[in-house]
Amino acid sequence: MKLQDIRTPMGFGLAFLLLVLPFLCNAYWLDVCVSIGLYALLALSLNVILGQAGIFHMGHAAFFAVGAYTTSILNTLYHWPVLWTMPLAGCAAAFFALAVARPIIHLRGDYLLIVTIGIVEIVRIALLNDVGGLTGGSNGIFGISRPTFFGFRISKGIQFYYLVWCMVGVSLLLFHCLWHSRFGRALNYIKEDDIAAEGCGVNVTHYKLAAFVLGAFWAGMAGTVYAAKMTTIAPESFNFMESVIIFAVVILSGGSQLGVLISTFLFIGLPELLREFSNARMLIFGFAMMAMMIWRPQGLLPPRRRRYQAGALLDRSSCAARESVRGGSAV
Amino acid sequence: MSLLRLEEVSKFFGGLVAVNDLSFDVEEGSIVGLIGPNGAGKTTVFNCITGNYTPETGRIVFDGKSIAGLQPHRIVELGIARTFQTIRLFGRLPVLENTLAGRHCRMKAGLLSCMFRTSAQRREEREAVARCMDELHFVGLAKQYAEPAGGLAYGSQRLLEIARALASDPRLIILDEPAGGMNDQETVALVDTIKDIRNRGITVLLIEHDMRLVMKICEKLIVLEHGAMIAHGKPEDVRRNPEVIEAYLGADDEKW
Repeated sequence: MKLQDIRTPMGFGLAFLLLVLPFLCNAYWLDVCVSIGLYALLALSLNVILGQAGIFHMGHAAFFAVGAYTTSILNTLYHWPVLWTMPLAGCAAAFFALAVARPIIHLRGDYLLIVTIGIVEIVRIALLNDVGGLTGGSNGIFGISRPTFFGFRISKGIQFYYLVWCMVGVSLLLFHCLWHSRFGRALNYIKEDDIAAEGCGVNVTHYKLAAFVLGAFWAGMAGTVYAAKMTTIAPESFNFMESVIIFAVVILSGGSQLGVLISTFLFIGLPELLREFSNARMLIFGFAMMAMMIWRPQGLLPPRRRRYQAGALLDRSSCAARESVRGGSAV
Repeated sequence: MSLLRLEEVSKFFGGLVAVNDLSFDVEEGSIVGLIGPNGAGKTTVFNCITGNYTPETGRIVFDGKSIAGLQPHRIVELGIARTFQTIRLFGRLPVLENTLAGRHCRMKAGLLSCMFRTSAQRREEREAVARCMDELHFVGLAKQYAEPAGGLAYGSQRLLEIARALASDPRLIILDEPAGGMNDQETVALVDTIKDIRNRGITVLLIEHDMRLVMKICEKLIVLEHGAMIAHGKPEDVRRNPEVIEAYLGADDEKW
């Protein structure tokens, strides 16, 4: 059986497992699963930029940070309810992404990569230096309140688990629609050959920026959930290493959404599973990564080909346009 | 009225004059050939028209609008589609999706309507697929619609580039060596295809080295050498022009 065919059952299996998981594991593993969910959200949002459009962006933690800090500041200083800040956190991250990506969007591959590393460092150092007296310097911000959902207060691990994974589910659905549309195809054309894409009539700059803005919006919303779960945030949570991990998750995934989920589990869950091997665990993890790059360089699960309802159009005896031309010229 | 007009267009690369004070007209509904020896600046002229280069001087007027310096995707929207000399398909994507790339600029669905799959978006998508399948029928690649474009034979890849260009509803199609890499049979079929394109009301401007093809289908030829036009007119006149024979054909005129 080919890997392609077992994807749908695999997806349903995973969904069912995620639904019942909180009843099977203890508080520690529940916490790990919440953090896997958060990383999955971040990886899905980076997948827009890196996986679909092929833009090498290694500064995703910067957008995550902007979202988390927007929520924290609005909540602690202005007492906004946490979940209400979510769209705003997304917008703040999206605007920030637009502002920083606009001047660098024409850069290619490795050049862009270096600049995006710069962005995440600038954001971290700015937060450390207490910009505008709002971010609390290296101590960060604490005392963020718990989110309430129509009067229902979310504070326990299991409640956060369902909040995070519901968001992952909704994101999967929306992005799935997006990848099967004009928008998703445009990003793929850019990834394959941006000069040809522009030559075919795709506004390459516009779509690259749109990918950044969309990815940042989602990362900003993930920031809200992170702030609400931790109740305290500090600049060190948004360092360069976080960006690298999210980047590696997307590269390992191969670019499909199911691939992103599996690769998040491997990346965040595996080091926890290997904890009993103490010092050797990072070594084992490193070897696993190397083996992966050698034997499966395309990633775990590359995206499935899109299907089109074009079979019926094959039966046309011939093309309408050509027939009319031939008929016309014969007269 | 001419559909495309170049007025004293020049393009330099450093000290090199790639295109020198070039002016010509392309009449609506005609098939025009741009010929000349290697390095004469033919592809540079094409790149100026399609927006990949901005000419240093001169005007390029398409349908009454000046287009020099516009971004390539804007020029496609205005109605000029192209193919590339070195095939530039999206090799890993299926044939149909390559054609849909050309259709992209005629579709309107934005980010949100794509995400929430509105009924207008779905209808537009269905229409685009049907239209692109039509274009694939037109060039004879409909059966391979689901295969990756990179796996097609070389001649088929050239045809797919034409289908992709046609999907954008162009008024002018620019073909850069469409017969390059094709065998004799494929070239004969290509002549029919190009004539059919013109019969659909689309103006054709092409660069081609295969002189039999050029002589057979072009109504007007423009001969370039060192970036400047040395002759233009009907094929039979151009082939007798002593300057052309001297500059381009040299002693070897049996090829004609």
